[in-house]
Amino acid sequence: MKNNSPFSVHRNSPFIALAGKEFRHIFRDVRTILLLLVMPAAQIILFGFAVTTEIKETPIAVFDPSKNVSTARLIKRIDASEYFRVEQMLHHPDEITGVFGEGKIRLALVFGDGFGGSPALDGRASLQIVADATDPNQAGTLTQYLSAVIGDEYRSQLPAADAPPSIVPVVKMLYNPEMKSVYNFVPGVMGLIFLLICAMMTSISIVRERETGTMEVLLASPVKPSLIIAAKAVPYLALSAVNYCTVLLLSVLVLGVPVAGSLALLTVASSLYIVVSLLLGLFISTVVRTQKAAMIASGMGLMIPVMLLSGLIFPVANMPVALQWLSSVVPARWYIRAMRGIMIEGLPLTAVRLEIAVLCAMGVVLLVVSLKKFKVRLE
Amino acid sequence: MKTGDTSIRVRDLTKRFGTFTAVDRICFDVKEGEIFGFLGANGAGKTTAMRILCGLSKPTSGEGTVAGCDIADAEQIKRRIGYMSQKFSLYENLKVWENIRLFAGIYGISAKETARRTDEMLERIGFAHGKNALVKSLPLGWKQKLAFSTAIFHHPKIVFLDEPTGGVDPVTRRQFWELICEASERGVTVFVTTHYMDEAEYCHRVSIMVDGRIEALDTPQNLRAKYQANSMDEVFRQLAGKAKRMENCKK
Repeated sequence: MKNNSPFSVHRNSPFIALAGKEFRHIFRDVRTILLLLVMPAAQIILFGFAVTTEIKETPIAVFDPSKNVSTARLIKRIDASEYFRVEQMLHHPDEITGVFGEGKIRLALVFGDGFGGSPALDGRASLQIVADATDPNQAGTLTQYLSAVIGDEYRSQLPAADAPPSIVPVVKMLYNPEMKSVYNFVPGVMGLIFLLICAMMTSISIVRERETGTMEVLLASPVKPSLIIAAKAVPYLALSAVNYCTVLLLSVLVLGVPVAGSLALLTVASSLYIVVSLLLGLFISTVVRTQKAAMIASGMGLMIPVMLLSGLIFPVANMPVALQWLSSVVPARWYIRAMRGIMIEGLPLTAVRLEIAVLCAMGVVLLVVSLKKFKVRLE
Repeated sequence: MKTGDTSIRVRDLTKRFGTFTAVDRICFDVKEGEIFGFLGANGAGKTTAMRILCGLSKPTSGEGTVAGCDIADAEQIKRRIGYMSQKFSLYENLKVWENIRLFAGIYGISAKETARRTDEMLERIGFAHGKNALVKSLPLGWKQKLAFSTAIFHHPKIVFLDEPTGGVDPVTRRQFWELICEASERGVTVFVTTHYMDEAEYCHRVSIMVDGRIEALDTPQNLRAKYQANSMDEVFRQLAGKAKRMENCKK
């Protein structure tokens, strides 16, 4: 205890020996290293291109029995919008079920008999939107978009003077004007990746040492337990740093997501989250006994809450109050919020101080609890 | 007040977990260079006692010195001892020399010295050809010999072996014990727990723990004579048969 200054790292090299061992462990297994370095990039690309929740060129079918100028104009306008593409013109309403069944279209627009002239003149125009509600969220969004396009057309037909005094909200999408879902996914994927690398890998690797008995040998050596743990964290920190750069570069260069705020602040917030993830891994390793349990704890206990509660997929504001409370203990929720603020909205530190403070507090609590538990385990 | 030739000295060492007394006021001395067998049935408290001596656990009460250091000073003890755990204690995913270098680094041995000792050690145990082999590819016998050689690589005064030969065939066990005897001849104190009574015969002195206490402590010959037994196995059966703990557990 006495002559063990923190600088003993330099005097003799147990720290370097231990960290080197950790690196060798990871790099010896090509599959692990591929998984850890390629997977984040693949996830970003996948989320960016394949998994989109945005509305773009959705195929629709149209049944138009009257075929007059008015309907033709409306159809043309819908087709011209960036949201929809008229895939098929139907000849009979019964065909609707068929085309939905073939999976060619997501939405069908059915004009009523005698739709024509100016709807403003006879005041009666009937129109039906049929949506495929297997994905209710998307069906809702699609019908909203289509209604909006139709509404635009309807208003443009009216002479300005005759316009009824209706309220037309002008919706402006801030920060993400094109409603690109990838803007939301980049911070989310980062939240997931760091958790996977730091929390999951660290907890598994500590528990593995306990299972194989090597931890006991290390503890019987003069190296301090805190040094053993710190050495373990080094490679995962390095991997996280590499991944942070990859993900950021990919988002900016390939997906075109801008970094609106300060890059330094973004890096600080991410480093903080990485440390919290490492501590989570340490905490898990103190409560489970086997590698499998560590995997399940970090998989079920961390990944699923991150996916469902962090706001990555479902907005936190839409959750039941109980779940919102629950979500506030998920570090990723705060990180993702901070990232969206800094990266997409370009907010300064003062605007995300709550998120940063919460992450700091979580880190301190995890550190204290884990150290306590780790010591108890040694007794 | 250095006695010089006393390697481990323990007086009234006790460890309690709640109301359960795992180690109950044990006293003994181990001399330098001695092979000291520490026997006992499962749950007799030998692993707990050994963990205290290694500085892995703190005693509830009692006193003692290990390699000239007070047992309260775990830090200093750990510098002077080697330890080989019950489970196999090298890294399977590392090469032989990488394992050695890791433990050499932990004990602060310079790179040059490490390289020299590595060659000398592998030469001595006849394993120079396996320097670059991954540990997981080796047969269990070699792994165990390497684990032992690594445990004494930093020239500790005492090496603690916690059931080092579990699951190893008799021929390999014999070879392993030859290594232990060699180390003892070089002056390393060997403190070993085992379940195999034939191994107890190799020890200079043997203690047998029953229910947290040391019931017998002497050379194997003297113990056999005292209990009128033909083998250590019989001695052990007679003593371990007195244990009350297991029956209590069953109730």
